[in-house]
Formats: sequence, C-alpha cells, structure tokens
Amino acid sequence: MSKLSRRDFIKISGTATAGLAMTPPLTSIMGAIFGEEKTPHLLENEAIKTPTVCEVCFWNCAGWTYTDKEGKIHKVIGNEKDPHSNGRLCPRGTGGLGMYYDEDRLKKPLIRVKGKDGKQEFKEATWEEAFDVIIKGMNDIEKKYGKESMALLFHGKTGPHFEHLFKAWGSDTMGEPAGAQCLITREAGFIATYGAGLASPEPTDVRNTDCLVLIGNHIGENMHNGHVQEVSELIDKGGTIITVDPRFSTMAAHSTKWLPIKPSTDLALLLAWMNVIINEGLYDKDYVAQYTYGFDLLKDHVQKYTPEWAESITTIPAGDIYETARMMGGASPRVIIHPGRHTAWYGDDTQRTRAIAILNAILGSWGREGGFYFPEKVKLPKEAHPPFPKPKWSWKTISRDKHKLAIMGITNEIIDHALPEYKGPYKVKGMFITATNPIQSIPPEDKVKRALQNQDFIVVVDTMPSEITGYADVVLPEATYLERLDHLRTAHHRQPNVALRYPAVKPRWETKPGWWIAREIGVRLGLKDFYEWEDFEEVLDWQLKQVGSSMEELKQVGVKYFPRKTPMYLKDGEEYWFNTNTGKIELYSTDFADWGYDPMPVYKDHGEAPAGYLRLIYGRLPMHTFGRTLNNPYLWELKNEPNLWVNPKVAKLYGIENGQEVWLKNLKGKVSSFSIKVRVTERIRHDSVFLPHGFGNKGRIFVNGKVEEMSRAYGRGISDSEMVYKIEKDPVTGGTGMRNNFVTILTENPHKKEELS
Amino acid sequence: MEERLFQTARDIHGLYPHVHIWGFPIAAYLFLGGLAAGILLFATLYYLKGKEDSMPFTVKIAPIFTFWFVIIGLLLLVYDLHHPKYVLELFTTFRIESPMSWGAWTLSAVSILSLLWPLSYIDDIEAYFHGRGWHQMDKITKFLRDLEHKWLIPHFIIITFRKYRTFFAWILLFLSIILGIYTGILLSAFNAHPLWNNSILGPLFLTSAVSTGSAFVMWLSNNKKERKLMSSIDMALIATELFFIIHMIMGMQAGPEAYKQAAHLFLGGEFTVIFWVLFVGFGLLLPFILEALELKGKHIPPALPALLVLVGGFLLRLIMVAAGQMSEYPF
Amino acid sequence: MRYAMAIEVNKCVGCGDCVVACQTENNVPMGYSRDWIIEVARGEYPNLFMHFESQRCNHCDDTPCVRTCPTGASHVIEGGIVKVTHDECIGCGACIEACPYDARYFHPDGYVDKCTFCDHRVADGLDPACVSVCPTTCMHFGDLDDPDSDISKLIQSREHYTLLPEAGTAPQIYYLK
Repeated sequence: MSKLSRRDFIKISGTATAGLAMTPPLTSIMGAIFGEEKTPHLLENEAIKTPTVCEVCFWNCAGWTYTDKEGKIHKVIGNEKDPHSNGRLCPRGTGGLGMYYDEDRLKKPLIRVKGKDGKQEFKEATWEEAFDVIIKGMNDIEKKYGKESMALLFHGKTGPHFEHLFKAWGSDTMGEPAGAQCLITREAGFIATYGAGLASPEPTDVRNTDCLVLIGNHIGENMHNGHVQEVSELIDKGGTIITVDPRFSTMAAHSTKWLPIKPSTDLALLLAWMNVIINEGLYDKDYVAQYTYGFDLLKDHVQKYTPEWAESITTIPAGDIYETARMMGGASPRVIIHPGRHTAWYGDDTQRTRAIAILNAILGSWGREGGFYFPEKVKLPKEAHPPFPKPKWSWKTISRDKHKLAIMGITNEIIDHALPEYKGPYKVKGMFITATNPIQSIPPEDKVKRALQNQDFIVVVDTMPSEITGYADVVLPEATYLERLDHLRTAHHRQPNVALRYPAVKPRWETKPGWWIAREIGVRLGLKDFYEWEDFEEVLDWQLKQVGSSMEELKQVGVKYFPRKTPMYLKDGEEYWFNTNTGKIELYSTDFADWGYDPMPVYKDHGEAPAGYLRLIYGRLPMHTFGRTLNNPYLWELKNEPNLWVNPKVAKLYGIENGQEVWLKNLKGKVSSFSIKVRVTERIRHDSVFLPHGFGNKGRIFVNGKVEEMSRAYGRGISDSEMVYKIEKDPVTGGTGMRNNFVTILTENPHKKEELS
Repeated sequence: MEERLFQTARDIHGLYPHVHIWGFPIAAYLFLGGLAAGILLFATLYYLKGKEDSMPFTVKIAPIFTFWFVIIGLLLLVYDLHHPKYVLELFTTFRIESPMSWGAWTLSAVSILSLLWPLSYIDDIEAYFHGRGWHQMDKITKFLRDLEHKWLIPHFIIITFRKYRTFFAWILLFLSIILGIYTGILLSAFNAHPLWNNSILGPLFLTSAVSTGSAFVMWLSNNKKERKLMSSIDMALIATELFFIIHMIMGMQAGPEAYKQAAHLFLGGEFTVIFWVLFVGFGLLLPFILEALELKGKHIPPALPALLVLVGGFLLRLIMVAAGQMSEYPF
Repeated sequence: MRYAMAIEVNKCVGCGDCVVACQTENNVPMGYSRDWIIEVARGEYPNLFMHFESQRCNHCDDTPCVRTCPTGASHVIEGGIVKVTHDECIGCGACIEACPYDARYFHPDGYVDKCTFCDHRVADGLDPACVSVCPTTCMHFGDLDDPDSDISKLIQSREHYTLLPEAGTAPQIYYLK
C-alpha cells in the first residue's frame, strides 16, 4: 500500500458538489484561541516498547507494552515472534492495561482490625507493619499446628514466587484451582493413555489438521489465543470442524457439522464413534498395531456402544454419528479430537477425557502432523539454594491416597481439611492466597466460606480486591504484570522459546511485585539462604546466561527461540517408548486396572434435571477471564452484563420475555443474590440454561480507604459458583465436576419477599 | 426466530442503541422558524397585492414579532450545539448540500430583513399602538425613530428600504418560502431515519408553518375582515395538512420494512395517542371545526382556534423530531 | 486510491478485540466506542445460523454525513476516508442523524468523533488498529483501486454483502460470507 503523508492529507470533498467555503476556515484562529488540539495517538516510531508476557489469562502471550516519553502506558501489542500470540493479542490482552489503570486496585497493605466473616474492617498499614503481622501469624500456625497447616492457594505467574517461599519455609500444602477445578482430569486421562499430559498450550497441531473435533470445547468463547488463530487458519483452508455442544456455540456456528448433544452424555458419543471407527476399519491400523496396547480388548468393549444405542442417550441421530465418525476416519491421522481445557464436569471426567485420548490414538493422531505434535521447552537451571526442608505432610498426603492421579494439589481437598468438622491429623489452619478468589473459583461457595472462617490466619496477595480479601487478616497489594518482573515464560511449544515480562512502568501507589513480597517475607522468616539475590532480575539474567542469552538480549527481542532437540512428529514406523507400564499407548489402562478404576471408559448415566428444573451450564465470554477482569474498565466496556440463555420453549413455559430480569434458585433452595437478564434464544437446548462464569461479584470491598462496592463489577448478574451446590468428584484425580447442578427460574424478586415478612 | 443484538456493549448515553440527540430546542427552532415564515409570507404577499392599508396587522404589525422568533430560534439552535465555541464556523461557511447550513444562512438573512421591515413602518406602527391605547410603547418607538433620524447609516438603510420596499418584499417572500420549506427539509434530508425521509414531510411542514402564521394573525389582529380571511385560509391549510398526513402514512405503509415500522410508530406504536388525539384531534380537527362554526356566525373567541393551531404546530414538530430519531434502519 | 475493509464473518468469533484496540489506539473515552459487534442468530434449534459482524463507519462513497455537515468539519480525505476536523465541528448533530449506521457520537468534549480507519497508522503503512490485532485475521484493509491488493482479490473472489445498501450510501466495508 502506498504511503500517505500524515500531515499532508488533501482535503477533498465527498461528492461532486463541493462544500463551498465563503471565508478561509477559522481553524487556525480558533486553534489559537482554544488551544491546539493534541494528537491523541502514540505513533509507532515515538513509542517506547517494553517486553511483557500477558497475565490476563493463562495463555501468557508475549507482547510489547507501549509507553510514551512521559511514561504513560498507551497500549499493549502482541509480539510478532511469539508463538502464543503471533503478534495478535486477544481482547483481554489488548485491554490488559485496564488492570494497571483500574482505580479500584489494592493500593496499600491492609491489616484487619476486627471480625473475620468477609466483612472488610481494615486499616491501611505500612509494608513493615504488614510483614510483622504475617511473620507472627505464620509463626503462630507453626507453633500450634506445624508449618504444614499453612496452605498456599495460588494462580498465575505470581504463584511460583510463593511456592518457593513455602517450600523454603517447610510447607508443601498447596494447590491451584487450575487443577481440580479445571484441567486435572484431562491431564490424567492423557497420562493414563500416553504417559504424557498436555499442559498449556495444548500441543494440538490445529494449523495442519484436516479435521478438528471440539467436544464441549468453546474455542472463540474461550480466547485461547493460539488455538483461536489456528482454527481460523483451518477455516481458511476449508478443513472440517465438528463441534459437539448442547449450545449453538460460536464454534458450532463456524463448524462443518454441529452435533447438538444432550448434556452429560458426551462419553456415549465418544464410545459410539470408537464403535464405528473400529468396526468399519477406519482406524490407523499400522499405528494401532505398532504403538497401542489393548486394541482387541477395546474392540470388544465398544461393541455394545452402537450409534443406535448412543442416539437414545445423546439425542444425536445415529446417522450423524456414523457420518462424523467417517469424517474423522477419512482424515486420519490428520485429525484432532481436541482434549478441551476445563474438563471437570460430571465426576467421571478422567474416563471421558481418556475416551478422547483413545479416540485420538486409534486414529493415529498422537505424534503426527495435523494431530498432536511433540512439544519442547527450554529447561532453565534453577537458582542455587539449600535443599528444601521436608514437610511432615503435604498436598500429596491429603490427595494421593484417595485419588491416584492427583498430579497437582487438589484445592477442594485443602478446603475439606480446613473445615471445622475435619478432625484428622492434617488440619489446615492458615491460608496464603494469591491471585485467586476461592469464593468463586472453588465451589460450592458455602463450604469455602466455612473453611475460611475456620482459619486462624489468612494472607491475601492480589492486584485487585475481591470477595476473598474480605476474609484476610492481611492484604498485600501486588503490582500488575505491566509493572513487574516474573519468571521467564518457558512454556512448551512447536519450537522451544523463552519470553520475558519486564516492568514497563514503576508500580502505582505502594504496590510491589510478587517476587519482592515473597523475598521480604522469606528474609524475615529467617530464610535468607534461599534468597541470595537482591533483585529478581539477577536470577533471570543468570538463568538466561546459562542457556546462552541474557537479560539484555531478551529486553530487545522479548521472545527468543532455541533449537529443537527431538523431532516434532513420529517418523513412519519409528520405534517409540511411551511412558506407560507397557511402553505403549494404553487403550486398556493397566494402571487403572491395578488401582480399581475402569481400565476402559464405561458409560454412566448422570441423571436428568428433576421436573421444573434446568441443568445449569456455565461457560466463557471471549472478553473476560472469569471474574478477575470484570472490573477492568476496557473489558467492562465490552461486556458488563451477563445474560441467562433460555430456550424460547422454556421462556414460554415460565412466561418470561426477552430481557426480563429473573433470579435463579438451585435444587437445594438457595436463591441467587442478584438478578440476571434473560436472553431468549434458540442457541440453547430446552433442558438447560447457560450463563457465563465470573459475574455476580458481591464482595463489598475495602477500596480507596473505605468499604464500598467495586465501582464496576459489583452486583451484575448471577455467579454460577453461587448456584453450584453439588460437586461430583472424579475418583481418579479428585477433580470437581460442577455440571450436575440444577436450577429453576424465579420471575419475582425473592429478596423482596424476605424483607416484607 | 431471528436475533440481532450487541455482542459488545454499546450503550452510549443518549445515543445508542437509540439516537436521541435532538429534542425540545430543535423542535422549537423549527416551529419558530416556520411561524416566522408563515407571518412574513402573508405580510409580503398582501403587501405585493396592494393590501398594505386594508390589512394593516398582517402587513405591518405582525412582522414585528418575526425578528424575535427568528432570533430565539437561532439562540435555541446554538444552545443545542455540543461544541458551541466553534459556532462561528456555522456563519463563515456555506455548504450548499447541508440543510443546517441553509437554515443558518436563511434565518440570518430573514432576521435582518424582518427587523428592517417593521422599522420601515415605524409611523404606522406608532399609530397602531396609539389606536389600541398602548402608550407605554411610545418610548421604544421614539427611540427607534431617533435612531433613524440621528444616525446616518440606519437612516440611509431605512430610507433605501422604504424606497425599494417592493423589491425587498419579493426577496422576503422568497426567503420566507425557503424558510418554511427548510424547516421540513431539515428533517427529510436525513435518509437514515425512514420517518423523516419522505417527500411529504417538507410540504407538510410548509403547510403547517403557513397555518401557524395565519393563526397568529387571526389571534392578534383587531381587524374583523383580516381575521375572517385568515380563518378561511387556515381551514384550507388544515385540510391540506390532513391530506398530507394520510398520504405520508399510507406511503410509508406501502414502503419497505423500515418504513412500515416508521408508520407503525403512529399506528399502534408509541406515538399513536399523542399524534392522533393531541395533534390531529386538538391541533387540526378541533380548530377546523371551531373556525367553521365561527364562519357560520357562532361566537367563538378567536384566540381559541388560533392557540390550538399554534400548539398543534409545535406538537407536530416535537413528535416528528422525537419519533423520527426512533425510526431507524435495523442495526 | 479507495481504502476499504473486508471482514470475513465466517471466521469472526465476536471477541471484541477490534473494539478495545480502537479504544487504546485512539484514546476513545470510556463509555464510547467507534466500533462494535453485532450478533445475528436465526433459525430454530437445532437448525441454526449465527455470525458476528464487527461494525464501524463504512467510509461510504456517498456520504450523507459530509453532505449534511454545515461547516465542512466532516470531510473526505484521500482514499475515501471520512473524517471530522474537531475544531471546525460545532456539534450540531446533523451528521449523527444522517448516518444510518450509528457510527458517530459526541465526544465528551463536544465535537463529533468516529472511526478514522486509523489514518495516522495508514499514513505509516500500517493497518488500522482493529485489523492489526484481530486474532482470527478475519479483517482486511487495503486499496480497492489496486486490483492486486489482497482486499480487491478477496472481494472479487468471495461472496459478500454490505450493510444497509438500501440506505443508498455505497458503504465500503464488505462482509465476506
């Protein structure tokens, strides 16, 4: 495209009949009188660009923070070399600067004055005063119950700083909602099958595939950036996309084939697909013969799961099941049945995700171009420190005896051990919580609240206030990702790479980066030996130098690639040892057989909504990361009110009109705190309602020196976590299935009645 | 079912999802402009027909008000601007395709001529005031007369105006027609709003403008003949307006979906009652009946039908401004 | 030169990135937006159709906004980009009423503001902010007068539609099916 010179744009008229100026425009005179208008744009060549790694979600895209000479942040733009973003951030990343500009942020350390029940009775304090309370609190827990009784709940890139602190101090009682509430079941399903998990980003070779199957996976509604981009490339290529969803999701709308499934019956469909693919010989015979274990057992096992049987369960016509199975078989091995991310649904989730793993295995897609590639990451050496003390018990102690594949700390086990009714030896009596709001992230809400009230001591470290800050004894204000340094991103990908997050500006108010907070606490706890550096930048520089780079280089490039050491795909007929008992892909899991779990997935019925109730389905909005972005002014602009999706038939039954305000009541009789506006839409089945997760913030927060509501997020819509009354625990992992909860719609304000009576 | 909805919030206050940026000031501006046009139309027309002396109120007195109507109208327009510090731009640029530009210039021109027109009749006006016993106006007329006599330039202007009054009458007649049409064209130029974007709205507003002008004369004139004439003219205008309204709504009904929806605003929609009962009922039919009764010799206070027509005229503009902004193409 | 935009609705996921990118690039004040997204859904479960449309000023060939502007503040620059000169704008609202796409709004400072196709970026040879960030790459910007430009080829080869052709404005944002 030819260049136009910015200042010399010629003013021409839009149509043939020109505007006729009788006198020269008064622009210059007016400008002189009223002040020349400043150009609002930060031009590309005037911008100062600092590398960053986005923290608005776990995809952790690398980008550049654009600041002007005065140090004002103007925008955040993707780094073109970054394989997570390819230079294009999602709306949350683009709006990430709203986290920095949010005036509701935690600004100063807060110390509780009295109470412990979610009420915000704090005084502002200095960091010294706050540290004194924390040291005393942690020491008290140690004296009374042992260090192990102080648990760490964390999320995001800030987590590792506090993991280090806790391990150095002597507690390994920790967990993150990203496990039990999200992807642990999927990891377990794939580990049981391939001896390897998927981690993040999932190594799906969507870009090169011919057929992508999404089952309960809402790419486009979840903005898992790299995957959204690759699906887009797939659409360009004219590849096949099959979406299985009870909702007509965004991706369903863009799919070749949408299978509107009855919720909770996904495993029936997966088994029926196996049935067709095996019986019609559509599977990858050489691959199955060479790499898999238990094919004959699987073949026998799926015989009863015919498409006709599945039709009666899933309500998907058998013909569609045959058709889609043949599409997958036709594309084999360039086919991906996507593992999804949040897979904690119905309590048999490891079995369902294992069915996905098995289906991929018989289609030969694991380790194949257009299937799953073998990702690689840079292994950075860890900074030297004395060995961590060995705690008497840890997250493993309280999870692994019940759940053999509890591969991460199970947050809800920690919560269970923190309840007053827990009388065993592994009591949790103190909590250190960073970058997560367990009130919303670890349902059921009532249980978490009881656990929190049973704690002797709670510390919260976060950038924003939320419901959880109300339960803290000390609240520490963390700097946002644009103001701080964190560990290097070394996530695995097609090509190993390292990305740097570097502060673009000084932290606002009295906020501090997570590494500084963790170190200050560590030093005060007498752990100086574990912190032989003053500034975390020294650690990163040392790490980078060990792999032949430096901070200096990373500050220039943001993302640096390293050569692969192993091939990305299996070669034809290549010998390959899988990390399982048999050394093969286990279609029949020998571990599961030993542990007493079904060695091959067995369909189980999960029940239906009782009369007058609807299944509660929750999901994502592309412009929000759960509840934590709601108050971000930019993202708030995009979507500030959730809607409850209701099928027109249901709406008619309840006498509800589009846009009407309603309340929800769950099967246990609990009524939602707030109302929500109904969207009457054909995009949802008649037996379910849908609402996006993360809304319904109801924390009154201590902000700007007083207790008030968050200026934007408070009280908009219903929190699905509040409505969840029942967890279906996955026996293999301890994952918490949350999709077997039923609600009914109330058209009259239930809170008004209470006030009257 | 079909849904069209905002995926990203776009609730700009007062703008979206429904544009509502023009309200009372613009409606009043259009009304006052139309009223002034109507009065000046009669004044110049009857002057040119040589009825200067037989219809003194129409030709000489009523135009006194027009200057003020136009000035108030212009002030309302400026008041309604969101970026008024640059208002001079409006009067230093003329854009042939912009009705707003036409309006600003026409109103400016009319305001000058409508000031000079009554000044040129200062003796007659004084006599008229004396005739009605309004001696408190003496001070003003004396001041104006002094101004004319003591100062060279005003003196020269007024003398010239008197000398070429016929010429200026033609110009003012032309400008008043432009002004009357303009008040309708301003809205109908916006094809983004189907309700406004029809060829009937211009003539309807012009008719209504002339009708309010006649009502104004009818109301304040003390000359029975003048009143009677204006009353019969007004009846004809009201009949024309009714014809235009029915024609306009039928036309929209026969149009594409967006136009049907525009018509629906008056046929069951939000503006049904206010339009048919208040405007058509009390602003057109009732004054028509009252005027008819008066012509038949029934005693009706002349102010009553006149005021109804004036209020109705304002209501028409208010309704059209508000409803028009609600009539949009689907987003 | 005739700048235009082509948007592939078969790829758009309605995430709103274009909207935020515009806001940060152009310092659009909170509570306002120069672009926005519409969801269109049709049919009955399970026979459904749905897509998103990222909408903004259509930089029309026939510009009712420029026509109705009394001061010439609304004007067309090279490449057909419709712009507003802030210190010639009196804020009368005529252009807002004239636009069938609701693309204009009063800036809190009083003048009328709208999408500029990021002409300050275009001058540097960059795409508009919205186009440059789109994760699905469903948005394309370029010169329609150049038959070899990507956008010309897309519009020639793909089935497309424009918004409200019946309003007679000859809009220059093309939606590719």
